[in-house]
Amino acid sequence: MRETSRRSFIGRGLAGAATLALSGCTSLSQQPWVDTLLRSAEALTMRVQRLFAGSHALAHEYSKADIAPVFRANGTLDPGTPQYRAHAQANFADWRIPVTGLVEHPITLTMAQLRAMPSRTQITRHDCVEGWSCIGEWTGTPLKLVLALAQPKENARYVVFYCADPMTDSNGDGINDSDFYYESLDLIEATHPQTLLAYQLNGQPLAIEHGAPVRVRAERQLGYKQPKYVQAIALVESLDRIGGGKGGYWEDQGYNWWGGI
Amino acid sequence: MEITSEPASEPRRHAIWAAILNFLKYGARSDPRDPKSWFYRHKLLARITHWSNAVILCVMLMSGLQIFNAHSALYWGIASDFDHPILSMTAEQNNDGSLKGITQIGSWRFDTTGWFGASQVDGQWAVRGFPSWATIPGPQWLAMGRLWHFFFAWLFVTNGAVFAIWALASGHFRRDLKPRAADIAHLPQEVVHHAKLQFPKGEAQKTYNSIQRLTYFSVVFIIGPLIVITGLTMSPTMDAAFPILPWIFMGRQSARTIHFICAFLFLTFFIVHMIMVVLSGTWNNIRSMITGRYQIEETGHA
Repeated sequence: MRETSRRSFIGRGLAGAATLALSGCTSLSQQPWVDTLLRSAEALTMRVQRLFAGSHALAHEYSKADIAPVFRANGTLDPGTPQYRAHAQANFADWRIPVTGLVEHPITLTMAQLRAMPSRTQITRHDCVEGWSCIGEWTGTPLKLVLALAQPKENARYVVFYCADPMTDSNGDGINDSDFYYESLDLIEATHPQTLLAYQLNGQPLAIEHGAPVRVRAERQLGYKQPKYVQAIALVESLDRIGGGKGGYWEDQGYNWWGGI
Repeated sequence: MEITSEPASEPRRHAIWAAILNFLKYGARSDPRDPKSWFYRHKLLARITHWSNAVILCVMLMSGLQIFNAHSALYWGIASDFDHPILSMTAEQNNDGSLKGITQIGSWRFDTTGWFGASQVDGQWAVRGFPSWATIPGPQWLAMGRLWHFFFAWLFVTNGAVFAIWALASGHFRRDLKPRAADIAHLPQEVVHHAKLQFPKGEAQKTYNSIQRLTYFSVVFIIGPLIVITGLTMSPTMDAAFPILPWIFMGRQSARTIHFICAFLFLTFFIVHMIMVVLSGTWNNIRSMITGRYQIEETGHA
């Protein structure tokens, strides 16, 4: 074989192998066992990160000068359902957040009650799973205080947030009407001092695009772990029977439950 | 007659395998019994971690580009100044409705249609940073890109740590990788020699030259750790645990940008590495990284 033809043969062989490997990775991604294997790293990542961060390490709090002029809104910008529209018209005066499930004292919080509770204000960095960051000043009630009122039972492990924004357009009319957003945090993250039921951004009541009237802030987690439009909270032992069983709307679409990285 | 031909092919098959093994071990033009022209260049652990790293780095780079595509812009500082990215890959619509990919670096704009900003995925034009042939998985699929990236990240760190500890303990680092003052002095001269494709011969082939030392040292002990640490700095939990991380890199978005630059330094290293492997004796190099044995070219012979 001539040197040149051998080289072109090797070149073509390498290019072919590369193409095969690439298309291979895409089809491999669709194999359940590959998904399971890759996902096995999540528990390790979470354990190691928790080992370092513990339950109390605080996310950095920035100064007023660092606040973004316009806080980027992402995900649902308006839930758009008739019920939500009615609440928005009434300035969310009748918005209620029941806290139920594995609690000693099920409670229902009105917005007035939530605002009357001790509040925390923090200027923090919001990190989206897409890669961007934005800084804003959040005011809200530490979730820990709300949970203390309801008193989680011994076997409660997760706090589930049910939201008012539907994610799926079931009849093709261009309006989302089903698959309401939901999320979950474990009790370590839920009782973290900076985890809030936030009702203000930069000193103003939350705008609709930012999750009015109440959104979660969990400052050591990515944005999708901090649901907007929170309309109910439940404490549960397992996430298996909620939604798609993975602990959140995006988790059901394949995203990691551990949103610390 | 047909029956007897079967066993006859058996020794032939053995001969073919023996020839292949012989080729891998000793090359085509050398005498396996002449120890002078052979040098045991790469120890087993170096060879294993080298090839593992080749696969891991490939997956890390391509799944990283998949993640980048979820927001194909880079910023400097603690947060994203969306109006002033330092690099962005976006798309605009032409008058006929077709897509035009635009890459912007600072205030420079380039039409990169087909490559960056807009490219075809399975025959369909799509708005995306890097093209589908460069990402794992091919189509836009952030959740899966993250799964690949964060699984292989553990392998990358483990593999790198095994190599680094072994190199430090075995003397490989001290002997072959640790930069010496003389390496800096030799550098300009060696760059000229390399540019003229004059590579070391004879005894000099038994050690790394200054370019190799400085490059391998930088890649393994500077860019490697840097890409891991900047990667961790993007994690909000790690930033809470180690507030010094975003401080070192002047913010999470700067860390993301440095992470991206390190990835392209790895890619640049890989490309130059491939070119040098080919130019300085393809089969001898590849064989030495598989079997460990490197054939020394005698000085004086052409």
